Amino acid sequence: MAAIELQGLAHSYAAHPSTDADWALRELDLRWREGGAYALLGPSGCGKTTLLNIISGLLHPSRGKVFFDGRDVTPCEPRERNIAQVFQFPVVYDTMSVYDNLAFPLRNRGVRREEVDARVRAVAGALGLQSSLDNRARGLTADAKQKISLGRGLVRTDVAAILFDEPLTVIDPHLKWRLRSELKALHQKHGFTMIYVTHDQTEALTFADEVVVMNEGRVVQIGTPAQLFDRPQHVFVGHFIGSPGMNLLPAERGPDSELRIEGRRVPLLDRAQPLPTAPGSGGASQTAGSMRAAGALKDAAAGSLQIGVRPEHVRFADVGLPVQLDRMVDAGHVRILDLLHGAHRIKMVVPEEQVLPPATELRIAFDPHYTHVYADGWLVS
Amino acid sequence: MDTRTTNPKAWRLVLPVVILVAFNAVIPLMAVVNYSVQETFGNNEFFFEGVKWFREVMTSTRFRDALQRQILFTATILAIEIPLGVAIALAMPHRGWGVSVCLVLMAMPLLIPWNVVGAIWNIFALPEIGLLGKSLNALGWDYNYTRQPMAAWFTLVAMDVWHWTSLVVLLCYAALTAIPQAYYQAARIDGASRWSVFWRIQLPKMKRVLIIAILLRFMDSFMIYTEAIVLTGGGPGNATTLLSIDLVKIALGQFDLGPAAAMSLIYFLIILLFSWLFYAYMTKDDRA
Repeated sequence: MAAIELQGLAHSYAAHPSTDADWALRELDLRWREGGAYALLGPSGCGKTTLLNIISGLLHPSRGKVFFDGRDVTPCEPRERNIAQVFQFPVVYDTMSVYDNLAFPLRNRGVRREEVDARVRAVAGALGLQSSLDNRARGLTADAKQKISLGRGLVRTDVAAILFDEPLTVIDPHLKWRLRSELKALHQKHGFTMIYVTHDQTEALTFADEVVVMNEGRVVQIGTPAQLFDRPQHVFVGHFIGSPGMNLLPAERGPDSELRIEGRRVPLLDRAQPLPTAPGSGGASQTAGSMRAAGALKDAAAGSLQIGVRPEHVRFADVGLPVQLDRMVDAGHVRILDLLHGAHRIKMVVPEEQVLPPATELRIAFDPHYTHVYADGWLVS
Repeated sequence: MDTRTTNPKAWRLVLPVVILVAFNAVIPLMAVVNYSVQETFGNNEFFFEGVKWFREVMTSTRFRDALQRQILFTATILAIEIPLGVAIALAMPHRGWGVSVCLVLMAMPLLIPWNVVGAIWNIFALPEIGLLGKSLNALGWDYNYTRQPMAAWFTLVAMDVWHWTSLVVLLCYAALTAIPQAYYQAARIDGASRWSVFWRIQLPKMKRVLIIAILLRFMDSFMIYTEAIVLTGGGPGNATTLLSIDLVKIALGQFDLGPAAAMSLIYFLIILLFSWLFYAYMTKDDRA
């Protein structure tokens, strides 16, 4: 178990990086505490696997340093770092039995035979592999092979950290859920430091205490799932996390330095009132609608401004932005509405049982607590 | 539901290939079988002799000696070429300009016609004027492959290794480059030694191509003729008279069709039997 710290880390696969695009990982600093469960979340090609391989020592960074518990391990090989890592696609040693596969990392480190046996059986039990321990590893299903890979990652108890690189990609959906709970349980039991790379937000949000969202080689935001959801630091986070993602509307500053969408003031619900569940029960107060951020905005560099609000925080209101209903999708327990205000598309989530106002009088307002202003993509606070 | 339709005339479509195979394989082979059980005294008159020729070939010391030389030769070159080929494949670079250079160098010996290989080595190893022969003598080895059986064997084996190790290298290299990086990464994480990586990852992944490489080298070396006849002509004496050289001497030199035919069939069956046994043994796990 170790606390992991990254200082000024950057990596390029090119020998002589010249342009920004050559960097797979742009300069970043991170600090992970001992025993935490973290997720690295981002789209394919955002540099999350690169970052993981640098932490495990498979890759040596072009710049910067890696510390485990304050010790500089930047030049160390994976073996010296005592790291476990599970890869996206199953890696099994074909000629060995399932048992020998699981025992391999322990035997390579000269662990005593009785201890090897105890550990292998414990891990096999947790992953449901007991019955196939004596089988040859080849010829097993992808599921079973990936469980072996996971098992080899979990079999050592003294590791500094366990890294997962999208480990459940090849696993069936119903098993995915089970294995993830299993990992979570193992984390709680042994207190491993775990870092889990994924592009699946559900996986990241359910697994991790803290999620690191990455995009184009940069860390965009670090936070708890709630922080990522309620207060995205960047429009990318707003859009990438949540389903559907955050609504982003271009805004400009009016003469009174208040924000406007297509010349209209941003419609905000009155926070004094409870959140409405029925149409029209919430009065929108535009006079009180000086947004929390608007003050700060006066000083902020006026780049391109956007108003961001999640579909969950859009309500029907008596006074507000007039919209037309374009489409409606029933997602089971909720309905997702596609609303149009001029050329702008606004998504809205409503409870399934909610009765919609007449189509000619649709007006919406936003919950001010969850309505954010972004300048050049970054949150204005 | 069975949706197949049967058309009794469809078999005619395979007729061309049946004729072709019959013409160039089945009928010539049956002619050999025919010769192997008959005696002729010219005039195109043949008499049935049963298994007489087979018995004669099997009991002749000449055949047994040639077979022993053949087995020794094949075993020697396999014992050298397979490990050497694997070692070179492991040492070859996997990226950069070195890859193309190595591949071209490796492919070169395979592109040279077999009789030219024999001619190159014939001159290369001559003790008076050949680079190799002169150098070996200069180093103090009284080397003359046209007179000394040991020297002739050394030259023959060296020539085959020079000519054919590349094939093993190229096959193994192809197998090695097909191993996903994740295997090596996992091995580093698991703390595996270099030897473990070879034994647990690289060798198992090369197994299939190694089976093919061994089979090809076994069959080719067991039938080697051109290079050996150009290099040593089977000499000195009979020291390097391998099976195929002996067969040609009997069939075309002495024109003993019966014994030559019987010998051909025995020769053919040995290769077939060994190849089948070897392949069946090596792939028994895959079928389980």
